[in-house]
Amino acid sequence: MILQVQQVTKRFGGLQALTEVNFDLAEGQILGLIGPNGAGKTTLFNVVNGVYTPEVGRVIFRGKDITGWPPYRVAQSGLARTHQVVRPLNELTVRENVMVGACFGREGHSLASSTHVADDALTRVGLTDRAHQITGSLNVAQKKRLELARALSARPYLLLLDEVLAGLNPAEIALMIETIRRIRDGGVTILMIEHVMQAVMNVSDRVLVLDYGILIAEGSPQDVANNPRVIEAYLGDPQLAQRLLAE
Amino acid sequence: MNAWRQPGCWLAWLCVAVGGLAILVTRDNTLREVAFTLLMFAAMASSLNIMIGYTGYVNFGHIVFFGLGGYTGFYLISQHAWPLYPAVLVGGLAAAVVAGLLGSAILRLRGAYFALATIGINEAARAFVNNFGPFGGPTGMFVNFAAYRQYGGAAQALWLTYTLLLATTLFTLITSGMVRHSRFGLGLMGIREDEDAAMVMGVNAPRLKAMAYVLSALSPGMVGTLFFFKNGNVEPGDAFRLHMSIEMLVMVMLGGQGTVLGPVLGAVMYERLRGYLLTSAIFKHLHLAFAGLSLLLIVLFVPAGVVGWLRGRLPRLRRLLA
Repeated sequence: MILQVQQVTKRFGGLQALTEVNFDLAEGQILGLIGPNGAGKTTLFNVVNGVYTPEVGRVIFRGKDITGWPPYRVAQSGLARTHQVVRPLNELTVRENVMVGACFGREGHSLASSTHVADDALTRVGLTDRAHQITGSLNVAQKKRLELARALSARPYLLLLDEVLAGLNPAEIALMIETIRRIRDGGVTILMIEHVMQAVMNVSDRVLVLDYGILIAEGSPQDVANNPRVIEAYLGDPQLAQRLLAE
Repeated sequence: MNAWRQPGCWLAWLCVAVGGLAILVTRDNTLREVAFTLLMFAAMASSLNIMIGYTGYVNFGHIVFFGLGGYTGFYLISQHAWPLYPAVLVGGLAAAVVAGLLGSAILRLRGAYFALATIGINEAARAFVNNFGPFGGPTGMFVNFAAYRQYGGAAQALWLTYTLLLATTLFTLITSGMVRHSRFGLGLMGIREDEDAAMVMGVNAPRLKAMAYVLSALSPGMVGTLFFFKNGNVEPGDAFRLHMSIEMLVMVMLGGQGTVLGPVLGAVMYERLRGYLLTSAIFKHLHLAFAGLSLLLIVLFVPAGVVGWLRGRLPRLRRLLA
């Protein structure tokens, strides 16, 4: 198991964002994380990569307990992520952005060798021709790909993708899914939050469903899609109308 | 190092080195005094730029390092008869140590809160020195004239001070250039753009910020020791002028924050303007008002400073003036 999340509970004041979340992720898999808005998906990412410390529970990454580690230490140990709302380093060039990932990520490259790693990552996401542009001038789809390139340049063992497909058109989605598959084939384990259902069902080996901070289902994409609790979380209780009519 | 290949760095280093050495050749006292102020401003602005321009932390208390470092160095010279060279070094190191201690406390703050804390530190340092017996309290300290004899008399001592200041300024500029084009500098700029995102990418922000703060304190401490040695006395009012911090901020912003050449350019431009205002009959009491006004105008209209503006206008200069 590359990642084990055990009994993780996170509260914000009175709001219970995550309640006793448990799951394991095997090496080389793509694990999809879905759930309605506000279910706690991004919070779970933030707990895993050290932005938040959980009140209860442990996060174990490659056999090491990383609970409570600061985000930079988690990143250096080989866990990279992208952000749902892109966070580019605007005044730097695209290439410099990616170099930050290479210099300070798992492999900790020198400035000189990081340029090669950065160029390689930019090629993989198809941003090579923008390398010397100022990042602020990219459009949203390009910034999403930049987020991915930055995470890749750290050469992580585990990659957390937070809605990399949101806001992309169908052609761009197809391209991005292809990229994600290729990353996995390169030996990187992936945990992805996604709202584009057809995509996540298509690409994931397993799927987790969060609702109000509780893990309500886990399994293969088909099992999860037919699980009544999942349908209820997304669409409401299918039997509710009939029961109300009967009363 | 990468910095040696950057024309923007070369230009700054070369201008200062050639200009500074030319004055050593001419042996002209008036020119030396003008150059002394210019070099001092350039060194102070460049070191401040490491915090403001590279790391994105606005520091209103940069003069504290000048004051405390200068006080320490001057104390060693005047009270313990230390020679100038080690005193300058210890002055710089003392400022760096102070920055290390302060940094561990206030670098947890961000944005406006950090800026406010640095103003508080300036006042606290002044109050401390005012009441600190060994540093002479409110009256300060002075150097016995006999101390200049070991350097071949007061006139020779002034030239020596100037030469050391030139060396300190060049050291500051070379440090600035090497930081700008290093892995460390890339991490600092990541922090400037988005500290949280940088940390998620693995940048150890607390450590890098502390290192930048310590590094930025080193040369002000050295410059302070030289300045007070040249003056022959030191007192709290001279050492901790809040408005000096703001004038340095104007120089950095005017020339172009985040570049190697910018602070040098800003220091020269500001010193010329200040010199004109101080000697003109109408404006002589208004030079600080001009500093404030120019800061306002820069922030509103050319936030990237002269160098940044040039880079934006002439894309071909982009790579040259990095």
